[in-house]
Amino acid sequence: MSRRAPLSKERQRGRLIVVEGIDGSGKSTQLHLLDQWLRHLGVRVFSTEWNSSDVVKEITSKGKKKALLTPTTFSLLHATDFADRYERNIAPLLRAGYFVLADRYIYTAFARDVVRGCSPRWVRRVYGFAAKPDAAFYFHVPVEVAVKRILTGRPKLKYYEAGMDLNLANDEYESYRIFQGRIIEEYKRMAATEGFRIMDGTLDIEHQQSLMRKQVLEMLPPSVAVLASKELVAQ
Amino acid sequence: MSLYRKALGARPLTFYGDGIQYLKGREIKGRLIVIEGPDGSGRSTQVDLITAKLESEGHAVTTTGLKRSELIGAGILQAKQRLPLGKKTLTLFYAADFADQLEHKIIPALEAGYIVLADRYIYTLIARSTVRGTSRKWSNELFGFTVKPDLVFYLDVDPAELFHRVFQKYAGLDYYESGADLGLSDDLYDSFVIYQRMMAREFKRMEKGYGLVPIDANRTIAEVNADLQGRIERYLHEGK
Repeated sequence: MSRRAPLSKERQRGRLIVVEGIDGSGKSTQLHLLDQWLRHLGVRVFSTEWNSSDVVKEITSKGKKKALLTPTTFSLLHATDFADRYERNIAPLLRAGYFVLADRYIYTAFARDVVRGCSPRWVRRVYGFAAKPDAAFYFHVPVEVAVKRILTGRPKLKYYEAGMDLNLANDEYESYRIFQGRIIEEYKRMAATEGFRIMDGTLDIEHQQSLMRKQVLEMLPPSVAVLASKELVAQ
Repeated sequence: MSLYRKALGARPLTFYGDGIQYLKGREIKGRLIVIEGPDGSGRSTQVDLITAKLESEGHAVTTTGLKRSELIGAGILQAKQRLPLGKKTLTLFYAADFADQLEHKIIPALEAGYIVLADRYIYTLIARSTVRGTSRKWSNELFGFTVKPDLVFYLDVDPAELFHRVFQKYAGLDYYESGADLGLSDDLYDSFVIYQRMMAREFKRMEKGYGLVPIDANRTIAEVNADLQGRIERYLHEGK
């Protein structure tokens, strides 16, 4: 029996794949399809979504309604949510060899919090503990396309979701448009330095998915990759 | 003591790290004075005495502590018992809670010209996280959004003496304040002393970077108070 290597030195074996983009860019759909494909191939998968920690939600839900969130508290609460999912799921599952799929990752904070007025350097430091993803897919769509997808049917936008705290416009739909446009600008600013893989979010869903799968194929263990590539070609 | 005290001069709000960008350039007329120290070091007593003295001199005073704000509420205590939260998660929670107090209570009071007496500040939060294994550098950067106080006093008490004070006051030891969650020792007295030494070491380490002034709080309440009042008086009226 081989001697056990010290755990801390052991390489992180899993893969971390994240999708980024504004609301309506189609990223969640694509990540869901990727999740289904990997499961079908027998890969161990774990998917996680931005702002979805139950514990954090439970603790903040009472306060959130009463208190007025500032950009700083807004940023820190999202960081808390992220840290809970990171410490509880993402980090241990990556160590255990899972494919961890994240619908929004630290770049969402880098974009949104900075648009809200937080210091870009401070936000990056707060998330300094997070692992760099193996692949970060950025779904680019013109703001009008994304906004149209979201606003069809005139849904009720939440106060912070519409960026109403920024006093961009009195009308929440107009505010939402300006807010999303600014977020796109932040994404663009970091695309090169963060090594985003740019996806054209206006292409057909199937087309986008096959482009994504081709890139993820290279990260699969050899035995799985052979099977997967046969299937991809057959399609 | 003269009947009329001059108003404290206005100065720009200053932060530790990058600060809160959208509040940069704000002017404050008040002053921020922090009293740090472990439970049983006499913090609250000193805060009360200093408040009374400053008010008698005609200054408006408000006090803050590390009590949970409306933002988070008591939910965190229940959650902590039911489902253990990670170290970074907890540190961020406390940071969010602190930010809420800072922006909604401390800064508005400073702008209005109050002397804000803080019964504990970020140093306790940083020390608690660090002794539990969170990166010191990360915590320092995280709390870079906070306002730099005018004065920070650290009430330093020998852990053995502290034990007697805490035991007399509460007839028992607090679970977290004795570091019982760290598995330092089966013996709660030992655990308490080791934990308090670890915390004291972190405070010692912060003296330089954060400008903490250690105060020997093994002395009587009156002696400690005379020491603190003298230093505050010199700062407020002579600027040193």
